[in-house]
Amino acid sequence: MAKNIFYSFLAVFLFVNTAMAQVLTVSGKVTDENGIPVSSVTVIEKGKASSGVTTNEKGEFSISVARGSTLVLTGVGYDSKQVVVNSSTMAVALATSVKGLSEVVVTGFGGTQIKKDLTGNIARVKGKDIEYLPTPTVDQALQGKAAGVFVNSQSGKLGQAVTVRVRGNSSISANSQPLYVLDGVPITSNSQSGYGGAMNPLVDINPNDIESIEVLKDASAGAIFGARAANGVVLITTKRGKAGRTQVTLNVQTGYAEATRRIDMLNSEQYAELILEGAKYRDDLSGTPLNDPNSWTSYVKNDVMDYFSYGQWSQDPTKTYDWQDAVFQRAPYQQADLQIRGGTDRTKFFASFQHLDQTGTIVGNNLKRSTGRLSLDQKANDWLDIGMSLNLARTWQRRLPDDNAFSNPLQAIALMPMTPFTDPNTGLPAGTPPGDVNIPLYYNPLLTVNYGKFTQTVFRTFGNAYARAKIIPGLFLNTEFGIDYLSQNEEGYFQTQTIRNQTRASRGVGSNSAAFVTNINTNNYLSYTKAFGKHRIDATAGMQYQNSLAKNNFTEGLDFPSDAYQKIASAATKSGGSSSESEFTFVSYFARANYSLMDKYLFSASIRRDGSSRFGNAKPFGNFPALSAGWILSNERFMSGFNFLSFLKLRASWGLVGNAEIGNFPARTLIAGDAGYTGTPGLRPSQLGNADLGWETTEQIDVGIDFGLFKNRITGEIDYYKKDTRDLLLGVNIPATSGFGSVTRNLGQLTNEGFEFVLNTQNTVGAFKWSTSLNAARNINTVTNISGQIIEGGVSAMNRVVEGAAIGVFFTPEFAGVDPANGNALFYRNTTKADGTFDRTTTSNYAEAQRVVVGNPNPDWIWGFTNNFSYKGFDLSVFFNGVTGNQVNIYGMGRYSSASMLYEDNNTADQLRRWQKPGDVTDVPQVRLYRVNGSQASSRYIVNGDYIRLRTASLGYTFNSNWLRKAKIEKLRVYVQAFNLLTFTDYPYWDPEVNADSFDSNIAKGNDFYTPPQPRTILFGINLNF
Amino acid sequence: MKSTINRFKKIALLSMVSATLWSCEDKLAIEPLQSLSPEVALADEGGVQGALVGAYDGMQSAALYGGEIQVLNDLIANTEDIQFTGTFAGLSDAYNLQMVANNSFATGTWGAAYNTINRANTVLANLEKVTSSAANKARIEGEALFIRSSMFFELVRLFAKYPNDGDPAANLGVPLVLSPTTDASVDLTIARSTVKEVYDKVIADLTRAETLLPASQSNVKFANKWAAAAMLSRVHLMYGNFAQARDAANRVITSSGRTLATTFPALWFTQINSGGTSPGEYLFFMDVTNQDGVNQINTYFGRTIGTIPGTAGRSDCKIRAPHVAKYEPGDARNYFILSGGFNYTRKHLDRFGDVPVIRLAEMFLTRAEANFRLNTTIGATPLEDVNRIRNRSGLGNLATVDLNAILRERYLELAFEGHNIPEKRRLRQNFSSSVTWNDPRTVMPIPQREMDVNKKLVQNPGY
Repeated sequence: MAKNIFYSFLAVFLFVNTAMAQVLTVSGKVTDENGIPVSSVTVIEKGKASSGVTTNEKGEFSISVARGSTLVLTGVGYDSKQVVVNSSTMAVALATSVKGLSEVVVTGFGGTQIKKDLTGNIARVKGKDIEYLPTPTVDQALQGKAAGVFVNSQSGKLGQAVTVRVRGNSSISANSQPLYVLDGVPITSNSQSGYGGAMNPLVDINPNDIESIEVLKDASAGAIFGARAANGVVLITTKRGKAGRTQVTLNVQTGYAEATRRIDMLNSEQYAELILEGAKYRDDLSGTPLNDPNSWTSYVKNDVMDYFSYGQWSQDPTKTYDWQDAVFQRAPYQQADLQIRGGTDRTKFFASFQHLDQTGTIVGNNLKRSTGRLSLDQKANDWLDIGMSLNLARTWQRRLPDDNAFSNPLQAIALMPMTPFTDPNTGLPAGTPPGDVNIPLYYNPLLTVNYGKFTQTVFRTFGNAYARAKIIPGLFLNTEFGIDYLSQNEEGYFQTQTIRNQTRASRGVGSNSAAFVTNINTNNYLSYTKAFGKHRIDATAGMQYQNSLAKNNFTEGLDFPSDAYQKIASAATKSGGSSSESEFTFVSYFARANYSLMDKYLFSASIRRDGSSRFGNAKPFGNFPALSAGWILSNERFMSGFNFLSFLKLRASWGLVGNAEIGNFPARTLIAGDAGYTGTPGLRPSQLGNADLGWETTEQIDVGIDFGLFKNRITGEIDYYKKDTRDLLLGVNIPATSGFGSVTRNLGQLTNEGFEFVLNTQNTVGAFKWSTSLNAARNINTVTNISGQIIEGGVSAMNRVVEGAAIGVFFTPEFAGVDPANGNALFYRNTTKADGTFDRTTTSNYAEAQRVVVGNPNPDWIWGFTNNFSYKGFDLSVFFNGVTGNQVNIYGMGRYSSASMLYEDNNTADQLRRWQKPGDVTDVPQVRLYRVNGSQASSRYIVNGDYIRLRTASLGYTFNSNWLRKAKIEKLRVYVQAFNLLTFTDYPYWDPEVNADSFDSNIAKGNDFYTPPQPRTILFGINLNF
Repeated sequence: MKSTINRFKKIALLSMVSATLWSCEDKLAIEPLQSLSPEVALADEGGVQGALVGAYDGMQSAALYGGEIQVLNDLIANTEDIQFTGTFAGLSDAYNLQMVANNSFATGTWGAAYNTINRANTVLANLEKVTSSAANKARIEGEALFIRSSMFFELVRLFAKYPNDGDPAANLGVPLVLSPTTDASVDLTIARSTVKEVYDKVIADLTRAETLLPASQSNVKFANKWAAAAMLSRVHLMYGNFAQARDAANRVITSSGRTLATTFPALWFTQINSGGTSPGEYLFFMDVTNQDGVNQINTYFGRTIGTIPGTAGRSDCKIRAPHVAKYEPGDARNYFILSGGFNYTRKHLDRFGDVPVIRLAEMFLTRAEANFRLNTTIGATPLEDVNRIRNRSGLGNLATVDLNAILRERYLELAFEGHNIPEKRRLRQNFSSSVTWNDPRTVMPIPQREMDVNKKLVQNPGY
């Protein structure tokens, strides 16, 4: 909206004086490639910048010029076009701009700026670039699309939380996810689930409803969101109606997905070889003959391999069951999208519907989503615009347990290869009663898939209404009211057969829980735009109030009449019940002004004052200012000699932003009422408070260059930034002798510093079009001060916050391989000797090895690389993304499956290269049954996580419209799309893009704990436009 | 005219919006609903009584008397009786004597014990609010002292040397925290008291608790006078104060009104067989229901037996054949179930079974041992006490007893109830040929996270 006003204004102001010699009055109509009228296009006669008009809502214009002169048409978001006048009517179709510099960028609170005028750093991802991807959540779709925005999908489970870091991790204890703002409303984006890993509330947004996503990266862009902008702000703007003929788009796609990778495990013979070798070691130690009935060897043969194979191993030692076959599946995918868009110059509408039915590549995982959306914009009269949008979604998921659960299907890989899938005595899955429930070695997770279920149903409403009143020309009063209502029900039922895992399920265990999160937001602000002479100003000032109220309840029952009764109504014992409520508010005031002088010198300033119920009485309000400036050098006369340089801008910004994501009452000293003792109510001190608690403050500077070369066929951006975060909201460890583990304090500092590069090129134009888009970012995260706090997390607490290193580095003893003489695992001592020198000698005594930093879960470089080709009706898009320089901790599974038979788990095939006899040089220690030999936490289990992934590849063909015109079909495109088709990595397990949901925190990154890999999805689709 | 009307409309709209702009700041005052400020929560006697129940809730946690204290006391170094096959690294390291300073069970039990101590201290610091009767005030103080003393006793046993190992007045015990933490801005670090100081405080407080607590309270999921006396007896026995141990045990036996269960199996399966009713032999136990509490001994010692509904467990602690062979024929305490090639104790198969902390049989055995050592016959002769325990399990009378016979009976009677380390230590019996009774590896490490934040602490040897 604002852009239209602004441009009308600009046009009127600059071109108000009409030209003199009029020969011909030309009436024209401007449309886009699809025939949709384009308003606010500036039409001037070439060489006479002082004259010009703009198109109206119907795309029409009228201008008087000399016959044979040339008209230049310039529209925001379109390539400019020159047309020679030779008749009094003309129709002009503008091509949508791909060069980026003239794109309109959303800046929050109704603001928009043209990319070339930006002084802050905002990455824009167009809805078109992410449409119809088989990623159910929009955050996943951002992966590799925006420089400096790191996305890690964490796992192949559907609809689960995704790690998103904008310019690195800027907090240790507080949430580090960006703030998501959907059409002006900060939405609920934290998990509401009580089962499995964290779920992802963004799953309720249909990504195909999105017009654009803007990621506010630097402080200048973000400070208008104040205390919640330190992790970046993701503005999601949804599609709205456009004046013109009603357009209907139907897209249907279907296909299937499979896990991207399998792990190479031992077969039965190899397993027997290894475990018997370990048993022999033990028998030799004690001098027991191997055939002694009390020998370890006999025990392993009879009570391990034969017992856990129902006696089948001694019959057929070659029979192997790859338990991965039992838990991975070929998973169908179906999706249909319908969008209807149109309107008049007074009323515009957009409606959409979607149904998605996705099956997980791991058994027992499903996602179904139905969404409907309607937006209306009405010009009520000459000074008032009103409008609304309503989004309804229903998301149903069958969820998987968290990674660190015996019922996680992927833990089946731990089972012995001789254990059959089916109990030969009962014909039922191994471990199903009435068969022996203690076979297999561990709980058979398929029992939970077959005899248990945990489902989640979410109804989500995003609603918005606005009014925009013109007070005087250029000055508008805007008021917006928005609601995000999340209503979630979760139901679980686990039958008797799951008793070994659900130990209370002897007659069934059922649960039913609900979460209701009502999130209300209002924005009220004045906006003003004015241009006079060489000056352009736009300014915004106003307030925002947000209230989020979460109510939860839970019931659980035991002892059901039969498994046919699964509702708590039938539970003879109501074993659990709870309800709770929590609320937070933000009250904020903000102001922002952008000023442009001569289209060369750009300035911007903003400030926000934020208050929150979350903070201590001593510190209820904080101020977040930002300043930025830009200089468009290419508009300077002295640059006119550099013809190849079509655009060059230098910009710099400074500002303060905050992070307030730390729960609702961290400042209070609290006594909880949940400490009852079997029927008698009780209290407990639950939290030590801190009245001085405030927000984390991040001070960020950013300097950048935006450039365009060769008539902007090559455009790019280079940025350097430094974020200094201080007063970290830290869960500071205190002596447990106090009765508490930690208090939340503003303590500590860290920095993120980095470079970002963006390069977009149009390599060929004409019939064969080839464009390339590359983004890459390097972030260096350094914790500079945590006042000696020991902050650990992750698998076996191997992630740690170490001063001078990045957050969550792997801190553990350094593995030194295997002693060729005796097969002992060795570790570097890495201690400082009495004389001050560093001791790099090795030891087989683990306790003597000092922990050191051996890896970093944060990547050095993240990048995305897109190539789009089109020729005649064909289009091909190939998108790679990757990360380099990060490590992954595989100790979660490695401690069991690469542990020299300390446990009876099946082993990864690489364990065959174990030490066997003196002189063997290897990195796998000698097998010693039930004895620790190198399976302690160490760098042995820290591996490189670099990968390059062919994230999406799509090939389409658009049929010539002439054929279809008779059928009233404007466009028909068929396509095939592959997602995660290829992955290039040295990672030894399933998927390097991993983080176990059971351990996930700011610190605990890069952990693999039987974590499901990403799906490889192949889809066939058809897209109809009429 | 029209423009005037428009202007009015605009002004009206503008005013409405402005009103919302400035009326929001009171919205910042949001109160929590599940947890309240101490001023509200502990305002009166009801709050103090609630805090006392909260201390039981703390003591019941998995890391404490919910079971892990007992499991650790049984499991550490006990390769003689147990084959441990669990996957919890903290327990497996404890069993194999490979504990490191960040052992998760050391961290868990230490933290939970001090959390419970803080709950008890909160009660003790707010006693003046108990105004309904002197008896109530005495009871509440007595229960809080019992809980706090029990926790200090368990801490000093797991994390320090035993009183008979060197000089208890010099050896480091555990920090004695005697007041609640209410302010994070003060210095919260505290040094370890000596073993003797800890035992002295525990004995003094339990002695006081015994005098304060009512004798009549019959539901012994809460502590009464006899729970305090029984715990006091146990503490004295650990310290080698045989006369006091004997006398306290005798007070319990003669005055508590509790009786031995008629059969040994009647002591167990309190949920499966008795619907949650605990046997009269229990002097103090942690109540477990299907709604609250946990039987963590069941978690590690238990096993799901398909034919016995309600059984559960990780099958981690397999009982070795040499142990099973130690029982005489006909001994009801030969109470094991063979499943998948291994024996499991039946004592802890019940998923929701109550967790006994002290039962009367221990008092008979303590009285017998102390009488024997002191050559006295307070209450009964050692032979009478031992035979009473034997008879209950279907065994005939012994003709005579010596110390070994008494200790053997104690070992078999109390097996896998958390007595292995205490017995080995106080009796100076080596754990195995390579692990002596006072091997420093059998003492748990002061948790690393604690060493990191409290520079006044000194780590145990070997960590």
